[in-house]
Amino acid sequence: MLRIQIVLGRLAQAIPTVLGIIVVTFLMTRALPGDPAAFFAGPAATAESIAQIRAQLGLDRPWSAQFGGYLVDLARGDLGRSISTGQPVVGDLASRLPASLELTLVALVLSVSIAVPLGVLAAVRQDTWVDQLCRFVVTAGVSLPTFFTGLLLVYVFYFLLGWAPMPLGRLDLLAIAPPHVTGFMLIDGPLAGQWATVVSAAKQLVLPAFTLALFTLAPIARMTRAAMVQALASDYIRTARACGLPSRKILFVYALRNAQLPVITTLGMVFSFTLGANVLVEKVFSWPGIGSYAVEALVSSDYAAVQGFVLAMALLFVTLNLIIDIVYTMIDPRVRIDG
Amino acid sequence: MNRRNLLKTAGVTSLGLASLPFLKSQAFAQPASTLVAVVGYTFNSLDIHRPGTNRPSYQIAVNVYDRLVTFATRKMPDGSLVYDYSKVVPELAEKWVTSPDRKSMTFTLKGNARFWDGSPVTAQDVKWSFDRALALGGFPKTQMGAGGFKRPEQFVVLDDRTIRIDLDEPSKLALPNLTVPVAVVINAKAAKAKATAADPWAADFLHTSPQGSGAYKVERWDAGQQLIYVRNDDWVGGPKPAVQRVIVREVPSLATRRALIERGDVQLSFQIPNKDAKELSANPKVKVVGTAIDNCLHVVCMNYDFAPFKDPNVRKAVAHAIPYEQIYNQAAFGRGTPMWGAKSAKPTEPVWPQPFPYATDIDRAKSLLASSGFAKGFEVPLSYDLGEADWGEPTALLIQEGLARIGIKVVLDKVPGANWRTRALVEKKLPFLLENFGGWLNTPCYYFYWAYIKGALFNASNYDDPVVKRLVDETLHMEPSDPAYRPKILQLIEKSFEDLPRIPLWQPSLDSAMSPRLDGYSFWYHRQMDARMMKI
Repeated sequence: MLRIQIVLGRLAQAIPTVLGIIVVTFLMTRALPGDPAAFFAGPAATAESIAQIRAQLGLDRPWSAQFGGYLVDLARGDLGRSISTGQPVVGDLASRLPASLELTLVALVLSVSIAVPLGVLAAVRQDTWVDQLCRFVVTAGVSLPTFFTGLLLVYVFYFLLGWAPMPLGRLDLLAIAPPHVTGFMLIDGPLAGQWATVVSAAKQLVLPAFTLALFTLAPIARMTRAAMVQALASDYIRTARACGLPSRKILFVYALRNAQLPVITTLGMVFSFTLGANVLVEKVFSWPGIGSYAVEALVSSDYAAVQGFVLAMALLFVTLNLIIDIVYTMIDPRVRIDG
Repeated sequence: MNRRNLLKTAGVTSLGLASLPFLKSQAFAQPASTLVAVVGYTFNSLDIHRPGTNRPSYQIAVNVYDRLVTFATRKMPDGSLVYDYSKVVPELAEKWVTSPDRKSMTFTLKGNARFWDGSPVTAQDVKWSFDRALALGGFPKTQMGAGGFKRPEQFVVLDDRTIRIDLDEPSKLALPNLTVPVAVVINAKAAKAKATAADPWAADFLHTSPQGSGAYKVERWDAGQQLIYVRNDDWVGGPKPAVQRVIVREVPSLATRRALIERGDVQLSFQIPNKDAKELSANPKVKVVGTAIDNCLHVVCMNYDFAPFKDPNVRKAVAHAIPYEQIYNQAAFGRGTPMWGAKSAKPTEPVWPQPFPYATDIDRAKSLLASSGFAKGFEVPLSYDLGEADWGEPTALLIQEGLARIGIKVVLDKVPGANWRTRALVEKKLPFLLENFGGWLNTPCYYFYWAYIKGALFNASNYDDPVVKRLVDETLHMEPSDPAYRPKILQLIEKSFEDLPRIPLWQPSLDSAMSPRLDGYSFWYHRQMDARMMKI
């Protein structure tokens, strides 16, 4: 089956999922406790002004009418306007999703570049000091809460030592944001030729990315180690060894390649939960990301923002799963996907 | 060598600076007249009249728009400034006269007042802006109504530079209410050019692009991240601001804000928790300014609809069982003004707030409860807003402990922010709750109007008393110089002591931490940062 057919087939499969998500999130936001009209009517609102706000937000209409309106807007690509930020949700997502994605991706690259070698080494030299080190790092990484690691890093590297820049979000105070193309500072900066911005953005990224990397290290390192131990104990490795193949080739071509599948699966899972779970890191580093946006929206019963967030995440997950499936077929030709 | 330097040296030598992925951050090279402030909340609109505009965004109305008049400021002993409720001074208006029957005020605008686009500020702009505050409804309309401004016909344009405001009845609140953040003057011509049939008041346009005459213009607004003000050099509303550019960064984490101000990288951390205020005041590199918030109280409300609280002896027993001192130390961290332990049940001065004649006295509380209809005690949930948990949680726990000693079992009920208003203030069904109303206009009767009248939003206790109602009606608009005013206010305060729908705990303070070099920090009743008088 052609790869393009696989992609199209998987996309078609995603349609009912996305439709289901639209319905469920709509109903769930309405089931949230709390009355956005009362919340946004402000400190000295009267019953009359709350009713007025309710009418302006369209919340006085029956659910069916609200849902119909939502679908019509959605078809036009309009996710509505967030009442808590006062901006169109599409714009909010366009500016905040890249911020989170950039942070998460940098953190994952960092994490993989430490965790995979560590896991491989630990598997090759089981029960030596490398293995113990791996165990220590993994346990520490997973048991330290991210906000604590974040605050600790800020305390040591910003407050005490003054090496890290102010934890004030994606750019320092004087840097100018590049024109929005992708929303990734590390891509838009070079595109606009603003190297000072790139440097500033990179410096701002270091601490939060390390914080997240430390947290995501554990599952990747553990999975790499486990998969490698299994691969190294398998028959084909024994055969390869018996045939006298060089150990480097055995390790990196036969063992590691076979161990990659579970690692990739873990990576996909880690990526998705990190994207949602980095809200605490975002708070500590004033990072204008999607996690803190979603939490704020939930606290204030901001329907449009919650719906937009869930929908965006759903689409992201569908894409992510698709990418992982395709990567599988590239790594291991035995894997087949039925469209 | 102190400890920090030792650590620093140790860190540098052991790790090796060059091998680290980041370089030492440059000593922050900002121009001399730029001020960086950090806040913990987010701005959601540049237009205060728009429905849904949150409280922090009122700051923009303060700094970028002008009102007809404002309050003067007076200097406190610590050098900080506080608004002076007794002195109304011009902002856009040059002068004003009140008619002999006090039912209308006529304002003459300053001849040289210009909007940022160069067009003159006219009486038509004033009328359009006030009409808009009424038309868009919600909080601006309610606040305008507090000064007696209820219908557009009350704003009469006499000529380009003169506007008359008519009142249904004389009111002492009318002039002060023109200083509030919602009574801003907007450039009507610029706004109307962007109005549409669906949006006749240009709410979408002014939401992101303010059109004013104020001391600062918004240079940049990155929603959720920062707001940058730049000075308007042609401002005529007051003395030219010293600071040319003000950067307000949103930093959600308390710990991060504290690290920034302690390192001296930012000049102002506006509105810090009581705990930080207490700890930072010991740090010589940071200046902490705290001001008790006028007409504001942290209180415990007892709902008159809840059977045990109908009994006056139960209410008094509760008032004697609350551990005030401990709450003041552990929830307020000693910031603010104590509001308990007055000697006499008869007030002698018509000031508000003032300490109530109750103090922690468990024996007294026990005997009061014994003489009530609920001698065996009862169980009651104590509700508080999760958004106010920093003081609400320790306070609620201490009250729970205190009431347990007289046999009242308190269960804590945390209510999320979005639910709070509906449950506590709109439905008014919570039997026992923590509340913290503060009135913008600083008169005792104004507080009673909002918190002690049946149906008033902050009267979460469902208190209903004909005498209090009559006294508030009589005093709300009465001049304080009227000989009848003082005895009536004293009577109101005495009623609040006796009937106890609300037990005050303490008067909170607004604390900010700043660089010792920062001058001109001012406290305003609206509790927003006013950058216009700051110097760095």
